[in-house]
Formats: sequence, structure tokens, C-alpha cells
Amino acid sequence: MPSAAVRDIVKEHGRLAVDVESLSDDDSLYEAGMTSHASVNVMLALEDAFDVEFPDEMLKRSVFESVASISSALAQLDVKAA
Amino acid sequence: MPLRVGIDLVKAATVREALAEHGDRYLRRVYTEAEIVQCGDDPLRLAARFAAKEAAMKVLRPGADDAVPWAAIEVLRDAHGVPGLTLHGPAAALARSAGLSDFAVSLTHEDEYAAAVVVGT
Repeated sequence: MPSAAVRDIVKEHGRLAVDVESLSDDDSLYEAGMTSHASVNVMLALEDAFDVEFPDEMLKRSVFESVASISSALAQLDVKAA
Repeated sequence: MPLRVGIDLVKAATVREALAEHGDRYLRRVYTEAEIVQCGDDPLRLAARFAAKEAAMKVLRPGADDAVPWAAIEVLRDAHGVPGLTLHGPAAALARSAGLSDFAVSLTHEDEYAAAVVVGT
């Protein structure tokens, strides 16, 4: 399951105001303190870690809203489980 | 006639992190060629441009499922040093559908922070 790896990346790059472990997979990362630029840093780190590139049509706020939405997006990009 | 305003604040440290870890890949995903020429790799200038893009997003109000790449919003200074906003592709489409045709932007930065305000009407 990539969600553990996603959590690690959000923890390191998301600049959240709270511990990512206190969030459920569906909790809003933006409400947890992730700024717009931090979402860029998270996106780039995800691309490095999973060797993918989010296409322009996936550059939506909803894609980076939560651990669950990010994991779902990665699944759409055909990322294999770590 | 609609009138909207957006504001955003960006820490230079967040830009520095992106530059250090991703370099050119970060620049090319977020900024246009012309923006890169004007800013180079100055974290405060880039932070101000990013703040302007996010301020513009707050004016355009994309829905959660509207895809708007950061480079679709371009912030460039003219020959007199006055910043201006140009919208491309999906950003321009959002402006049209919202009835917004004129935009103004102002940038500022000091120490480790950059900010921008965008007005659209």
C-alpha cells in the first residue's frame, strides 16, 4: 500500500501544523496546515519517490487534499505497491 | 460587474527547499520561461511570483476538480518594473466563465517572506 509512503512524504514536505499520524486517510491536509507551496513540494517528492509525473489534468486541489486522494491519484498513474 | 481580491504569503524557505531538492524540475513545473528569466533562482522573487499565482487562484476560484497548472498564471514585470498578470489556458477559461476581464497584481517581500495581492474585475 503506498499510503504509508505517502504519509512519510507528507510528514517530511507538507509542513503540517499537526503530526500526520494524527490524521485519518481522509482528513484534509490543507486544514492540517499544508500551504499551497508545500503541496508543490509534496507533489515533487511524490514524483521522485514513485517515479511518476502528475499530468496537468491532475493538478487539482482535490488530488492533494488527503492521504487517500493522493494514494488514489498514484493508483491512477499505475504506481505499483512499494 | 464582479470584483474579487486574493492574497497569499509564501516563506522563502519553502522555495529554497524546492530549489535544493528539485532544481530545474521545480522551476519548469511552476514558472513560465519568461518568469524564470526574470527571477533566476532568487528564492524571494520566486516566492513572490508563487504568492501571486496563489492570490490569482483565490480570485479565479477553481472548483476542487478544476485543473489549473501554476504556469497557466504568469506574473511578469514590464519595462518600468510594474508587475502584471497574464492568464493562459484553463486559468483564462475560468476568468472568462466568471466574467473577469481585468486583473491587477502587486508584490512585496522582506526577509524570509513574500506576499502578493491580486484584484480581478
